[in-house]
Amino acid sequence: MTEVSVAKEGVAATGDLVVLKNVNKHFGALHVLQDIDLTIARGEVVVVIGPSGSGKSTLCRTINRLETIDSGSITIDGKPLPHEGKELARLRADVGMVFQSFNLFAHKTVLENVTLGQVKVRKKDKKAAEERARALLDRVGVGAQAEKYPAQLSGGQQQRVAIARALAMEPKVMLFDEPTSALDPEMINEVLEVMQQLARDGMTMIVVTHEMGFARSAANRVVFMADGRIVEEASPDQFFSNPRSDRAKDFLSKILHH
Amino acid sequence: MSATYATHPEAREIVFDFISDYDDPTLLGAFWMTVKLTVFSGIGSLVWGTLLAAMRVSPVPLMRGFGTAYVNIVRNIPLTVIIVFTSLGLADIFGVTMGARDDFALQGFRLAVLGLIAYTAAFVCEALRSGINTVPVGQAEAARALGLKFSQVLSLIVLPQAFRSVIGPLANVLIALTKNTTVAATIGVAEAALLMKEMIENEAQTLLIGAVFAFGFVVLTLPTGLILGWLSKRLAVKR
Repeated sequence: MTEVSVAKEGVAATGDLVVLKNVNKHFGALHVLQDIDLTIARGEVVVVIGPSGSGKSTLCRTINRLETIDSGSITIDGKPLPHEGKELARLRADVGMVFQSFNLFAHKTVLENVTLGQVKVRKKDKKAAEERARALLDRVGVGAQAEKYPAQLSGGQQQRVAIARALAMEPKVMLFDEPTSALDPEMINEVLEVMQQLARDGMTMIVVTHEMGFARSAANRVVFMADGRIVEEASPDQFFSNPRSDRAKDFLSKILHH
Repeated sequence: MSATYATHPEAREIVFDFISDYDDPTLLGAFWMTVKLTVFSGIGSLVWGTLLAAMRVSPVPLMRGFGTAYVNIVRNIPLTVIIVFTSLGLADIFGVTMGARDDFALQGFRLAVLGLIAYTAAFVCEALRSGINTVPVGQAEAARALGLKFSQVLSLIVLPQAFRSVIGPLANVLIALTKNTTVAATIGVAEAALLMKEMIENEAQTLLIGAVFAFGFVVLTLPTGLILGWLSKRLAVKR
């Protein structure tokens, strides 16, 4: 299997990559993000968990400005998030995103899905892009499906293609917005394994998920959100065995014991 | 009438003489003009209609406003008024002769194409916009997340899927356009309807003339519908 680098080679894993300061956002009367402060270091894997409606998906989507914010600041690799236009597009290319509903381009083959961004955004030539795409598809275990269309693949395969598509851009950080929530149970593991591998390779990851097993085994830090606020931040061991806040205790008692 | 065309070939000659009596344009020549009007206007309105649809979904309020205003004004004006305006207004008053000041036949043709494009594009735009609405919002989000610019998101991801889902409605627009080219007769473009009017004025076989021209249009439009219907199924995006 071809080795494909994902993290920037040779760059020391130091410094803060994503910094959110005092971020607020409203959906109408609903205050979905309240005074969010969050710093993610290079190479860190942060898992965001919380009850539905707690704002964790919204938080994830603000980081590449698929959702705008009302106040506060977000910087990525020292640069503040641009508002619109070319600058924003350039920054988004450095931030990989994996969606709950995969969102593979339905009219393009798997291979075209993974080459598109490289050719149109990174301006790579087609041959090099295809080479990298095939290597990435092999790596996530769907190399044999390269010529098929997304609708011909299972959910787990589609999500792995989506991860390959994001990796093809050589992102500095990867955002996962509930990547396994739309999957049949038997397909969840094949996606989580790819993400585990990615975490081991040193990719900076922000993962919104309900997979507590993944949080335990792959996360450097767990961020617990409820009602638009970050209620608790801790290492996975500490969070799962000894949560401090009542809200977290309540949440964990509901999902862990049955 | 016991005599048939088979036993009296001269009878066929007399009944159908209106076809061979006209040579400027001939029957085929007139329909060829109809085809040319349809093809040029079809291509033009597809391009202009796509641009209008892009404006209507663009993030720039001014463009959205222009697109909305254009569609709502133009599609509610009778085509006859638009076509007559291109000739009496644009050409005669404002001197827009489309690069054919002295060639009235060519000028009429170009003005008619301009009017047909202006009118039909409004319908292409709305068909296309309904197609854009069938593309899940996640497709555009994924494209933006890759770092594609708005124009790339639209041209590479959204519009290709939108077009495939509205081939059927666009076929309707194209069929309507084919028949709407007859309005060009009002400014003297020598297409099928103008020839028909002339024949009906001069000949006795009114019903037969009508039937011949009706048949001619069905020959043009029926395959359009069938081919595009087939294409629509073939190119449908599977989700």
